[in-house]
Order: sequence, then structure tokens, then C-alpha cells
Amino acid sequence: MNDHSPTENLIDVTNIEVIYNHVILVLKGVSLMVPKGGIIALLGGNGAGKTTTLKAISNLLKSERGHVTKGVITYRGQSIQNLDPATLVKMGVIQVMEGRHCFEHLTIEENLLTGAFTRVAKKAEIGEHLDLVYTYFPRLKERRKAQAGYTSGGEQQMCAIGRALMSRPETILLDEPSMGLAPQLVEEIFEIVRDLNQDEGVSFLLAEQNTNVALRFANYGYILESGRVVMDGPASELRNNPDVKEFYLGMSEAGRKSFRDVRSYRRRKRWLS
Amino acid sequence: MLEQLLFGIEVALNGLMTGVLYALVALGFVLIFKASGVFNYAQGVMALFAALTLVGFQNGQIPFAHLINAVLGTNVHHFGWHLPALLSVVMALASMVLLAVIVERLMLKYLINQEPVILFMATIGLAYFLEGFGDMMWGSEVKKLDIGLPVGPSDSIESFTYDLFGYGFFIDRLDIVAAIVAALLVVTLTVFSQYSKIGRALRAVADDHQAALSVGISLRFIWVVVWSIAGFVALVAGIMWGAKSGVQFSLSLIALKALPVLMLGGFTSIPGAIVGGLIIGVGEKLFDFLLGPIIGGATENWFAYVLALLFLVFRPQGLFGERIIERV
Repeated sequence: MNDHSPTENLIDVTNIEVIYNHVILVLKGVSLMVPKGGIIALLGGNGAGKTTTLKAISNLLKSERGHVTKGVITYRGQSIQNLDPATLVKMGVIQVMEGRHCFEHLTIEENLLTGAFTRVAKKAEIGEHLDLVYTYFPRLKERRKAQAGYTSGGEQQMCAIGRALMSRPETILLDEPSMGLAPQLVEEIFEIVRDLNQDEGVSFLLAEQNTNVALRFANYGYILESGRVVMDGPASELRNNPDVKEFYLGMSEAGRKSFRDVRSYRRRKRWLS
Repeated sequence: MLEQLLFGIEVALNGLMTGVLYALVALGFVLIFKASGVFNYAQGVMALFAALTLVGFQNGQIPFAHLINAVLGTNVHHFGWHLPALLSVVMALASMVLLAVIVERLMLKYLINQEPVILFMATIGLAYFLEGFGDMMWGSEVKKLDIGLPVGPSDSIESFTYDLFGYGFFIDRLDIVAAIVAALLVVTLTVFSQYSKIGRALRAVADDHQAALSVGISLRFIWVVVWSIAGFVALVAGIMWGAKSGVQFSLSLIALKALPVLMLGGFTSIPGAIVGGLIIGVGEKLFDFLLGPIIGGATENWFAYVLALLFLVFRPQGLFGERIIERV
């Protein structure tokens, strides 16, 4: 379907359908690929199915009574639909959930250490890795003894990403890292994501509502709307696509969009779905 | 007057010792509640079951003897051996771990992500099942539990205090053993939960089980671990209570006394369970000693619950309960 040059595919999602509670159809045929070394953005508004797609891959869906009823999900060519999250973490796929989800009564350092739960390694090795994580997040080092529940939103987001890093992941499914953060912090976190991608070779599948930032840092993007992929392409192309500009970046040819034109939004948007 | 005061102190000391036993039961509740947010109604019955199993193994009782006899018309009851105490304790512990695995496989696994109240109901079912199962397996008569723990009043303490105050304190040696065991248990559990990898994972699951799942902590494994530890604590409680008052059905009712202990200490705090147990133990004895004669006695039955009620009104999280962290 899409032909992006980086060699090897890690995640391959083909035409999946997800149903919650046996009745609520959330994904209606989503396909996407995450190549090795890529930062792939999954864009769309509320309820478009971004989180569900990530959870379908990481298999956290099952604990929320969601099921993949159609389609195939593979990792490095191997079907991963029936594996539990722990096995996937061992294989190198880990999800950072939306809303951070730090262990609030544990200290920052303890939070990071839980990320290494699945690893069978010597204490010294894990300690070294902890130091490496601290070099990416110097702020966490300052706050290492603080209870995570009492740290700021930005620190918690860093903690959640750092915790995932402690499992030595090959691919991180990052859900809405910008949520509730000041623009400056969002920028900071995305820069760390880029560094991790370039220096540590971690691939990212990134669900974001903040289309602007996501498309600046990603190499490729998929746009989801009501459970379907309505558009995909290299990030630079999407950024310059007039429709994406209008619907997701809030710009039109004539500058910022006025509310007076909103009526045409629905009519024009139909092509998308 | 001095006589009265010394008698009061003796009462308080004895209360402290009873409190230790309450605390042992409460501890089992706290462990499971912390890790899974489930109030395990079956904890008391688990203590009974553990004690029954221990006595059964030790005396070489044939499990399900009544059932076998009824079906086959035979008359078997004992294998005719007597196992050493330590071996039977180890075997009873293994049975509790096995029970934990079975509970996870047959019950908890199917209740992932259900409301806490549903899990609570399930543990009520488990309690009644285990009670009947224990009866069927080992018989319902009152049994004597003797694994060589010292019982009876401590002569040395009595003579020592007699020389000192001219009044000999009466303290059961079993109570002293129980206090030491409880202290060791708390230290071990605290160290385990604070500094070990699995302990950290337990606390992580207690905080946010979705997030724990996402970093690759297997909830099913954690549940087996927690229920095993709770089974271990139940066994210790069962041994202490069993040695004190015999292994009988009423053992499962001491679980009720653990409730006010938990409300006092906080449902999520291991030290809280201990302190709560001690306060209730001392409190009810002293209250009965001081005010019992005035209001007509039998205060021990309700004192703990009234105290718990006061705590629920004025400090619902208990003395040591975790404060709910809320960022604004």
C-alpha cells in the first residue's frame, strides 16, 4: 500500500477490526506499518481510534474487554495477536499509555526500575541502563527520590517514557505524549523522542492529536477518522496537503480559518470518509 | 492501689499479646487488599484451613476419610504415622501456595478487570467453599495443635516481676512467641515489599494495574504471589490461634475482629495492621478492666467495633492508610 524506503518492517497491521464489549465497533479496517527506525504518527481527533489501535498492537485491549475480530497484526513477521503484554515487552514492544499512568506511590526511580521487570539482568547492568535513561531525562535524576504522584505533568510523562525505556524496547507505542502539557514541554519531549530514535535506534508509533508537532517530528503519518485510515503519506507531504492543513492544522490558503466557513467543513470533509 | 495499678499493667500486657494475634490476621487482609484492591473475606477461613491442614499432615490423618468411609463402607482414618512439626509446617505452606495457584486459575483469572465488589463477592464464595472443603477433608471435630511451641504461663517472668514488685505477672509464653513471630513477619514483609523486585512490582500493581500490565508485569503471576504470601500469613495466624485455643471453626470468626483492626490501621498499611491490632487488643482489655464493672461488663465484644466506627467518621483512611494523592 505505502512504500516508504526504510528496509525492514517491525509492526504490520493489516485491516483490523476491533469490537469492545462484543457490540461497539471501534476500528473498521485499519492498516499500517512501522518500519525499523521510523517515527510513525497516528493522527486524528477524539474517538478516531488511535488509542485502540495502539492497544490492539500491545494487547492491552483484552483487559478492557476489547477484541480484534478481523485482520492480522504481526511483529517482525510473527503474529502477535495472542501474546500477552508481558511477552510483547520481552519481544521489544512496549506501550506508554495515554495520561502517563505512573505508579504514584512509588518514587521516580522505583517507577523506572519497574520498567525492567521483564529483564533478566544483573543489578549492575540495570543500574547502568538507569544512568543512561537519566542522561536523556536529567530532570528525572533530580527528582529520583520524589513520589511520582507529586511530580509535575511533564515529569510524569518523562517518567512514563523512561520507564518504558528501561525494558530495552525496540519499538515504543507512545500514546498522546503532549496531553495537558505546555507547548514548551511538548517540544522538549518530542526532541527527546527524536534523540532516542536517532541515538538508541528506538522506533516509535505515536498517537497524537497535536498534528502540528507530530508531523514535524515523524517521518510518516496516518490519519484516522471514525475507525478508518483516511489518508497516509510521508510527513512532509501531509504537512503540505491542503486538506490536512485545513482540517488538522487550522490553516487554509487564505491564512487562518474563520468560523464563518465552518459550515463548509462538514460538506467538504465527506471525501475523507 | 499499687496492686490495682500492677494488675492494670498486666491486663494491658495481655491485651498487647492478644493484639498481636489480631494483627496477624489483619496482615493477611492488608497484603491482598494492597495488591489487588480486593477485600479477601476468606482470609479467616484460610487461617482455619491452614491450621487444619497442618494438624492433618502432622497426625497422618487420611484426607476425606469420612467421605471414603461413607462411599466404600470402610473405616479408615489415619495413616498411622506422625510427622515432625517442621515438615508438616512446610507441607502446609506448600498446600497454601497450591491453594493460591488454584484460586488464580479457577477464580481470579476470569475476573480480571471486574469491579472490586465482584471480586469481594467471589471471596465470600471462596470462604464458604473452603470452610466446607476443610470440614470434608479433615473432619469437623476440634483438634489440638501442637508443634512444640511453648505454652502456659512464663515462670521466669512471674518470679522476676514478683521479686521486683511483689506481684507476679501472668503472661503466656505462647503470646511472647507470637509477638516475636509477628515482629519478624512484619520486618520480612516490609523489606520484601520495599527492596525486592517482586515487592516493587506488587506495589506497582497496587497503584495502577493497567500501567503494570503495560510494562510487562503479569497480573496473574502477581496474584499467585500475593495469595501465596497471604496463605503463609494465614498459616502463621492459624498456628498461633490454633495453639492457643484449638483448631476449630471459630477460628474463622476471628477474621471479624480483624475488620476493626483494619479500619484503625488503614487497609493499605502493613505497620498499620500491627499498630491497629495492638491498639484494639490493649484497648478492649483495658476498657473492660476500667469501665467494665461500672457498665456491667462484656465490653470486649463491642469495644473494637465502636472504636472502628469512630475512626470511620473522623479518619476514614485509618491511622496509617495511604493518603490519596490528588494533583490539582
